[in-house]
Amino acid sequence: MNGGGLFVAVFLACAVEAVEATTIVLAAGTARDWRSATAGTASALAVLGGLIAVLGPALSHVPLRGLRLVVGGLLLVFGLQWLRKAILRASGHKAMHDESLIFERELAAARAAATDRRFAVPDWYAFTLSFKGVLLEGLEVVFIALTFGSNQHDIPLAALAASAAVVVVAGAGVAVRAPLSRVPENTMKFVVGVMLTAFGTFWGAEGAGARWPGSDAALLALVPCVAAFGLVLTRVLSSSERELSGSVTS
Amino acid sequence: MAFWYDFVVGDDWRVALGVAAGLAVTYLASRGPVNAWWIMPVLVVVLLGWSLRRAVRRP
Repeated sequence: MNGGGLFVAVFLACAVEAVEATTIVLAAGTARDWRSATAGTASALAVLGGLIAVLGPALSHVPLRGLRLVVGGLLLVFGLQWLRKAILRASGHKAMHDESLIFERELAAARAAATDRRFAVPDWYAFTLSFKGVLLEGLEVVFIALTFGSNQHDIPLAALAASAAVVVVAGAGVAVRAPLSRVPENTMKFVVGVMLTAFGTFWGAEGAGARWPGSDAALLALVPCVAAFGLVLTRVLSSSERELSGSVTS
Repeated sequence: MAFWYDFVVGDDWRVALGVAAGLAVTYLASRGPVNAWWIMPVLVVVLLGWSLRRAVRRP
């Protein structure tokens, strides 16, 4: 994978998670207190930055084969889960991710909670809601950025891609002051799922001792094959869903 | 604990177990004369298809 591929994979994965985190922060800020929500976001970003600073250099000391085995396995599990969810949503078997609905739900919950001042934070609820939202959504991104970066020996580029995604998505969220419901989240999730599945398969098998025909060039076949298989499954499940809906309405 | 389970394993634990088993089989096969690169791609096809089939059949 070249630098461009690394950048795109990490940017997309990070953007998907950043959209979800932005919805939570917007709800906390709109319904409660922007200062506390911003402080919670900044604290979570500081924790994630610390994780990258500590784990990044440590990962570069792990033997590449062992790293690829563990990381490949985890990426493959993540990738299959992302693909599974994206295919179920695209085929109509699962409700699409609706940022507006999630925003309204978070807003209602935030308005109902009591105000509690702790330490120097005026609204503890808004602080913890933002902190947890950003930290939990960010952990997966940190893992993807670190593993892709360390496998490609370019953690700085992966970190740059992750930061760029956060800045773009958070900037858009602040500009419109509304959930980013027009972002094609499911399509992005499908693309990231394909990338994670293909790279997880490649690195996992290599880490386990297999030798790919064509070496790194095998990825050029793996990525489109996984994408094509995902699209075929989406089509098959869509037609079965239509048949099911037809038999229910007739 | 619940967070880590959800983070690592996700919605279908069979997928995580299948991946671990596939890597173990690839490792064992690669120690012999077999070049076992094809095991993981086949496993991806089987696991994804099987997991989706279970998901859409669930009442």
